[in-house]
Amino acid sequence: MWLSPVAMHIPDGFLSVTVAVGLWIISILVIAYSLRRVNKDLDERRIPLMGVLAAAIFAGQMLNFAVAGGTSGHLMGAAIATILLGPWAAILVMTTVVSIQALIFQDGGLLALGANIFNMGVIGVAVSYFVYRTLRRILGGQRWSVLVSGFATAWLSIEIAALAAGLQLALSGTSPANIAVPAMAGIHAVIGIGEGLITLGALSFLAATRPDLIEASEKSPPAGSLVWGVGLALALGLAVFSPLASSHPDGLEWVARQQGFLKNVQGPLYHVIPNYVFPGISNQAVATILAGILGTLLVFGVALGVAYLRRKRNARG
Amino acid sequence: MHVHFLDPYRPRPSLVHSLDARVKFILTVAYILTCALTPLGAWPVFILLFSLVLAVEILSELGVRYVLKRSILAAPFVLAALPLIFTVPGSTLVRLPLGSAALNVTVEGVERLVSIAVKSWLSLQAAIIMSASMPFPDLLLAMRAVGMPRLLVAIIGLMWRYLFVLVDEALRLMRARAARSGFSDQEGLKSGGSLAWRARVTGGMAGSLFLRGFERSDRIYTAMLSRGYDGEVRSMPLPAITPSAWLTLLLGLLLLGLLLFLAFLL
Repeated sequence: MWLSPVAMHIPDGFLSVTVAVGLWIISILVIAYSLRRVNKDLDERRIPLMGVLAAAIFAGQMLNFAVAGGTSGHLMGAAIATILLGPWAAILVMTTVVSIQALIFQDGGLLALGANIFNMGVIGVAVSYFVYRTLRRILGGQRWSVLVSGFATAWLSIEIAALAAGLQLALSGTSPANIAVPAMAGIHAVIGIGEGLITLGALSFLAATRPDLIEASEKSPPAGSLVWGVGLALALGLAVFSPLASSHPDGLEWVARQQGFLKNVQGPLYHVIPNYVFPGISNQAVATILAGILGTLLVFGVALGVAYLRRKRNARG
Repeated sequence: MHVHFLDPYRPRPSLVHSLDARVKFILTVAYILTCALTPLGAWPVFILLFSLVLAVEILSELGVRYVLKRSILAAPFVLAALPLIFTVPGSTLVRLPLGSAALNVTVEGVERLVSIAVKSWLSLQAAIIMSASMPFPDLLLAMRAVGMPRLLVAIIGLMWRYLFVLVDEALRLMRARAARSGFSDQEGLKSGGSLAWRARVTGGMAGSLFLRGFERSDRIYTAMLSRGYDGEVRSMPLPAITPSAWLTLLLGLLLLGLLLFLAFLL
């Protein structure tokens, strides 16, 4: 677990198939669009840069400092990636980091990977971009404005991503909304302070040694207004909707039932085979017995196959 | 100290290891999808799914204990689903008196919690077997085969290549901090400064890690240029899938489909 300081990587089994597949589709669309944007910039220097910075973020997540009582501050990295690379490249970098964590280190599931990319890559980056851009514009060109904006960006990106993760768990029926959302928000409000402080330290270090890196990000293409808008919508939407959903004992399900939406969405996926019986056999009892026999045979077959293969290998070795 | 221990690949002379990476990747995802689609409380199917993954574990020669030990990784996350045993409506199993009120543990709630935990545990085992039986270049191959864009595969490949370099850097930074009294295991000896100081130092370390990343990527880019890089990411054509691998894929998918069919039948 020391590889994943942020309790935000949802494992497999905790998301319903509807939620997981839906978020996969959204994430794939966003990644595809980001790839096109990064390709259009035609800055071939960026390909090694994105790879190495993804590795740096992974390594940076290992840095920690003791806070109190055995807890420590850590880094997720969406905010600093957005500040240094701009939104499109940052989405790809975070996608890479989260994918490697899932594929190699089992930090977060494979089916849930779409949701994890959505939370940490898409939401984390879009919210970061929106907050950083807005604050920088309001605070003006002072040097300290980079630091203040950096801290706020880091904290909010963690908080909003955590709200999203909590909502997804609630929507999947894995955790009650009135517990999951406040719990995720509460824990990550504290974790976010660590993230904010490290981001602040990193930015002040970079501002002192390589101010050109931070200035270069200021000149990122103006077409980022799309991300800015999405970031605003996500931040506002989640900040408003989550307390609303969690104020009701069974928040999300209640909302969903009101809309008649849960049934519509879950219907086709959950009840692909409603009350299915074996083709041609209408008797439920016979069908169940047949199913039992079939199941036993399957297991027996697999076990026999394994034993056979093992024996063959042993004989050869 | 180097961090090669990070790489989960465990080479073994097993059939699972020698199976085509693309087939292995697809079957793993299909298995996890089957676990996810299996309805709550379909215990016989869960047992079948478990025996399936156990069989592959034995066949992979990784050692069942190795896989099981790593599979408790997601256990803390079960906490998130724990409240379910109280909130899912159903017949009461246990009543926990709590002051004037009482919490009812319901049968349906426990069933849902255990189902979620089992699904998660089974999926995790499949993922562990995959990553332990497949060297990273094969994983990149599998990613390309399932249609992942070349640019993204290239970025992932580069990340993996420099992951160990940068994690080594991070460990060196942490050792340097410890050596300069940022950490002390001696009783009564105060380590480091105030909280703000510790946070600033860690931030500086992260910043210097990023800076080293930037500088290294410049050097990598130059090295790529000198080897004929023109901005286009190219890759070798994918090797053909052997008939036996096709057969494994087909049989595996068929088996999983049957199990899913059973799950809805029961």
